Amino acid sequence: MEAMTIALRLGLVMAALMLGGCALAAEAREAEVIVNVNHSRFDPASFEFETGTTVRFVIHNGDPIDHEFLLGDEADQERHENGTHAEHGAIPGEVSLPAGSTQSTTYTFTEPGKLIIGCHLPAHFAYGMRADVTVTP
Amino acid sequence: MRSLRVLLLSVVATSLMAGPALACGGLVAPNGSVNLVRTTTLAAYVDGVEHYVTSFEFAGAGGGKFGSIVPLPDIPTDVTKAGRWTLQRLVEEVQPPELFVSRNAAFAVAEDKAEVIIEKRVSALDIAVLKGGGDEVGTWAKENGFFLPPDAPELLDFYAERSPIFMAVRFNLERAQDKDLQSGDGIPVHVTIPTDSPWVPLRILGLGRGADEIVEADVFLLNETEPMLMPGMDEAGSGEGLVHERSEPASEALLTDLAGDRGMGWLPTDDMWLDYIRIETGAANLDHDLAISVDGEVPSPVDAGYALAGTTIPQRDSTPIWGWFVGVAMLVVVLMGSNFLVSWKR
Repeated sequence: MEAMTIALRLGLVMAALMLGGCALAAEAREAEVIVNVNHSRFDPASFEFETGTTVRFVIHNGDPIDHEFLLGDEADQERHENGTHAEHGAIPGEVSLPAGSTQSTTYTFTEPGKLIIGCHLPAHFAYGMRADVTVTP
Repeated sequence: MRSLRVLLLSVVATSLMAGPALACGGLVAPNGSVNLVRTTTLAAYVDGVEHYVTSFEFAGAGGGKFGSIVPLPDIPTDVTKAGRWTLQRLVEEVQPPELFVSRNAAFAVAEDKAEVIIEKRVSALDIAVLKGGGDEVGTWAKENGFFLPPDAPELLDFYAERSPIFMAVRFNLERAQDKDLQSGDGIPVHVTIPTDSPWVPLRILGLGRGADEIVEADVFLLNETEPMLMPGMDEAGSGEGLVHERSEPASEALLTDLAGDRGMGWLPTDDMWLDYIRIETGAANLDHDLAISVDGEVPSPVDAGYALAGTTIPQRDSTPIWGWFVGVAMLVVVLMGSNFLVSWKR
């Protein structure tokens, strides 16, 4: 009888763990987004994701010149605009885009807010090479 | 049209600060900054052949990565060193000599998978005439070490849609040193282009410039008859934009001086019409080129960069036939409706 009680309790614990795992899995959304770069513009130029979404950005640079895909807030954009990093790729949401190439980067949106995708090669951001990202709760 | 002799003189003035200068284009530095000097360009159209004369200014050893891109209306048959005073004499014709700063800016060059039609050395200049789409020319430029600003891809596509011919120009530093070229020295180039559709590239003057940055240029036209131009222009003395400063018979003194320069023997010495167009406008406004017609026809909007080749330009005054049908149908409906209301009220 005692053994049955223990087994029952273990079963309940396991069921609870499984349900919790399912709930966590449901919150961890994933998506893949295709982004095209043409005439030094991002297409699409605006995005909206829910908090908790992990997005794999696949970016095709159709221009004959190099570009960048740098995701971050205003402060990040300012840092990149004045920075000297020639290559990007190690940090999630940041990748260099050689002319005519297709690159990818994955980023998880952890909190609501406004972010920006920008290219900070000389004169590119000022030319308008940016996209807006809205992260909803 | 071939029987008419047309001389298009475009003296494009831009101002350069620290780098090299190009004739009819924008100067782009490796860090993306753009400095332009007054650029001088001559495009001459005689018996179906456009003679394009421009000058490229040496910027010193530090200007090695500067280059120039000049969109051309057709495939040239030759590229040679131009005369010694043609461009200066043209500017002198319309401006007091003491106010003229003769400089020519070099543009960002382009070429890669593009087909190289002509390769030529003119003094210390390496010149390549390219045939290819915007992407091909841009790729060629990148692979050949030229810096292209962010607006270059769109601009190259804009020109390649009409004519996939570009001239890329760059100074060879070794030859420049051998010739003891000093910063600011210019080398004039004469491009011979048989074509049925002469036009003067203007939009490229805004290459690498902010939308509000002012583009300054002087464009001279010489034709055997008074030409029709597109776009329309402001009258002399007006404000910014394309200002038609002169439209008059060219003096024999001017034509004789020009024809006496090296390689300018093709130029008639009488019965030519001179136009002088001064450009002073924001780069964003300069979204077109200058189309010229000398056969009495309205210039082509395609040549002016307002429409792509092969598209139909709707006429402002023409109402499509279906429009009349729709109008008549709407009138009938209104009349029937009013009759219904009248009868219903009764």
